[in-house]
Amino acid sequence: MSIRSFGQPIKRNEDGRLLQGKALFVDDVELPRMLHAAFVRSPYAHARIRGIDTQAAKKRPGVVAIYTATDLGAYWRPGFLLVPPPPIAGITFNERTQVPLVKDKVRHAGEPVAVVIAEDRYIAEDAVAEVVVDYEELPAVVDLEQARDARSGFVHDDLKTNVAAHVRQIKGDYAKAVAGAACVIKRRFLYDRGSSLPIETRGVVAHWDAKADRMTIWDTTQAPVFLRNGLAAMLGLSERQVRVIAPFIGGGFGPKIMMFYPEEVILPWAARKLARPIKWIEDRFEHFFATTHERGQLHDAEIALTTDGRILGVKDVFLHDTGAYDPYGLTVPINSQCTLLGPYHIPNYDSTFTALFTNKPIVTPYRGAGRQHGVFVIERLLDIAARELKLDRAEIRRRNFIPPDDFPYNNQIIYQDFTALTYDSGNYGPILDKALKAIGYAGFRDEQARQRAKGKHLGLGIVAYVEGTGIGPYEGAKVQVQASGKVSVATGIGTQGQGHYTSFAQIVADQVGAKVTDIEVVTGDTDQFYWGAGTFASRGAVVAGNAVNEAAKVVRQKILRTAAEHFECAEADLVIEDGKVTVNGVPGKSVALGVLANVANPMRGAVKPGTEPGLEATSYFGPEMGATAAGVHAMIVEVDPETLMVEIKDYVVVHDCGTVINPLILAGQIHGGVAQGIGNAFYEQLVFDGQGQLRNASLADYLIPTALDVPRMTLDHTVTPSPLNPLGIKGAGEAGAIPVGPLFAQAVEDALGLPDKGIELNEIPLSPSRLWELAGSADNITASQQARVR
Amino acid sequence: MSHKVSVTVNGTTHERQVEARLLLSDFLRHDLGLTGTHVGCEHGVCGACTILLDGLPVRSCLMLAAQTNGRAVTTIEGLSTDGKLSPLQEAFRDTHALQCGYCTPGMLTTMTAFLAETPNPSEDEIREALSGNLCRCTGYQNIVDAVKLASQRMAR
Repeated sequence: MSIRSFGQPIKRNEDGRLLQGKALFVDDVELPRMLHAAFVRSPYAHARIRGIDTQAAKKRPGVVAIYTATDLGAYWRPGFLLVPPPPIAGITFNERTQVPLVKDKVRHAGEPVAVVIAEDRYIAEDAVAEVVVDYEELPAVVDLEQARDARSGFVHDDLKTNVAAHVRQIKGDYAKAVAGAACVIKRRFLYDRGSSLPIETRGVVAHWDAKADRMTIWDTTQAPVFLRNGLAAMLGLSERQVRVIAPFIGGGFGPKIMMFYPEEVILPWAARKLARPIKWIEDRFEHFFATTHERGQLHDAEIALTTDGRILGVKDVFLHDTGAYDPYGLTVPINSQCTLLGPYHIPNYDSTFTALFTNKPIVTPYRGAGRQHGVFVIERLLDIAARELKLDRAEIRRRNFIPPDDFPYNNQIIYQDFTALTYDSGNYGPILDKALKAIGYAGFRDEQARQRAKGKHLGLGIVAYVEGTGIGPYEGAKVQVQASGKVSVATGIGTQGQGHYTSFAQIVADQVGAKVTDIEVVTGDTDQFYWGAGTFASRGAVVAGNAVNEAAKVVRQKILRTAAEHFECAEADLVIEDGKVTVNGVPGKSVALGVLANVANPMRGAVKPGTEPGLEATSYFGPEMGATAAGVHAMIVEVDPETLMVEIKDYVVVHDCGTVINPLILAGQIHGGVAQGIGNAFYEQLVFDGQGQLRNASLADYLIPTALDVPRMTLDHTVTPSPLNPLGIKGAGEAGAIPVGPLFAQAVEDALGLPDKGIELNEIPLSPSRLWELAGSADNITASQQARVR
Repeated sequence: MSHKVSVTVNGTTHERQVEARLLLSDFLRHDLGLTGTHVGCEHGVCGACTILLDGLPVRSCLMLAAQTNGRAVTTIEGLSTDGKLSPLQEAFRDTHALQCGYCTPGMLTTMTAFLAETPNPSEDEIREALSGNLCRCTGYQNIVDAVKLASQRMAR
């Protein structure tokens, strides 16, 4: 191979189409005779439905049909449990999944009650306003702590409790750790709700072709294969009769996974019934209610340490807000529970969580998927411990890092992928060293004092984290050399901006000796690749990338074998590069890949037994467990003591995600993750009132970071390849977003000297107004300990 | 109530009868099939649907199709000529200034107008000009770099 493209910052194959407005997104699908759907949604968070009157709405010209739950007949069923609870002894799990349309009781504001299908979207929305629903409003279960009190009422009456799950995981003996500890610190931590807010909302187009006997569904999903399988089962069709296409998707971040959202369940059913294609595009207001949320947790945590700052144990008891339903099982709180352990050797751990149903939209993974909360708790505990023990905050982290010789490191509790939480590899010290150097840690105290003398309040934060990435079960890929000489690659995962069209092409290019631009990747079309799980949990590059590599290796062997027969030479004498195979040292003896593809697919004559046509291979890859990435973020902020406005002056990310396929794409993932983390730490909070009404459901009220808020970042890497996959890759999709909360809290505390005033920042988000309340209150710690999830 | 509009989009004049309430974004996307303009919020905040109206950036979700009578509209499809990317588009590719690409049409149209007005912008000016367009993937840094790079190339 002359030039290796793996590892190079190669420009993206997909950009040409995206930059010219030529890429297909779901709302770009236009079909003849297409109808449009709009949903009637409950204005109440908790209400019984006494009746629905659709008569007036049905009379509106252009309205084709209006359906309520009863119209769905046997098709009406609660959604699938997407992730069953892991095998942890003694757990409680109450499965209650969302319904396509509400039959009897509304459980969160915005829950769909009826669907209007009309000739255009404008008419459909007019008719929505004319559907009269008679609601009996009920008191809403909103507050997490109140949700535990039976007097608050029940989200699911038959359960006679709001407990969705109760899980305790123990490692070692925390009581013993406390008995031997020099210092025990207890605090309450709050992490509030946010929205992933992709710029493209969700959408579905369903088309039933009666003559072909096939259903085609375009869907903004991260997991088209699962969606195909589930919808086929629901519709009573074979999987071969259903094609799900996830075309270009305008950001996913978790909530666009295969939720079997009401809209994606109803549209195919209605399209078949009406024998016309139907489109539904979520509007932004709907998105705030109808697309899942994440983050609400309340932790009561404690840490036991020696005098020299070594962690003896951690105990954590937390409440997790799962919203009105729990289709995603325990993934988010289990991630919180597991990721709290971070890069540290914590010999004793006792963690219990209670997931609670509330009358709020559903909580499912959003970039980080619960990891943020765990990292917030342990990093804040370490900050407080460092102060108590008069240790440097970087030093206390370094002292507790798992030593590089201790990998694989078994944490002895069960992770979201159902295996024991084991870190495959890692070397944390060098990551911290690089970050300290890049942020100017050694000289910061002097600089801080200098600036303080000028009236400027600078603060520094530094935090460490790990991220479990690249979990199973598996992905697959088909690689095929075309007669044109181009190489096609198909995989079952979806793409929401991660650059799969390029990074997978780089993997293949090196194996088959073709240019990256000659490799055409297809993702997210179940007709192109049948099997797969989806794009989530920072697993696309790890799992699908390795499947692509395995398939490309087989194709390489086929190319060599075919060319060797063609030239009647030994395979060892062949060189594959620049889209052709050449006999080493024999000028002119060369054949293009496309020609070889035809040679391997003869139109006449006999072939040897066992021959497979073409230069094609399909391979699968399933890791035995996830690969653990790690990193350190550091930042310097300046806080205006009058307005509590925070300006980020410097931001450093040092990250280790194993072998890197494309540094350009990797940097983009980190930048974007940090930006979402900044929003999460600083701005983004879904504010509910006591009746479960979302008070800020617009982009004018729910602020996300702009170009003025996200700083220029300095990135650096260390490389500790994962031993769990041949390419040595670890995932990187979520790393940027995970540690920003505690980083922000630490830096702001430092800037304002809050700990000296007895003030701690133990909650997220920390908007200027909230900071004002916290920093301005003398008995602040009490106030923050009484913080509640709303 | 419908109105007759004659509007020039990317150099081609279209005459259509449109409903009074039809949004310009829907008119471009669904009546004219120019789906490169993306709709992100329909309340004028995200900026994804930004088009150029007589050369100036305008949110097509906050404007009615009927209001464009006699005006000239440029969409993302009109920024490149015969498949040749504009310097700004080229710079977006070179600096990895897009990931999912959904906000990109609005970024490109807004920055095209900005560079016409401010040929040699500072980073602060670029960030200020970008601040009305939301991106959830990139963290903006590479977009800022793309605009700077395009301005340098265009100055040559």
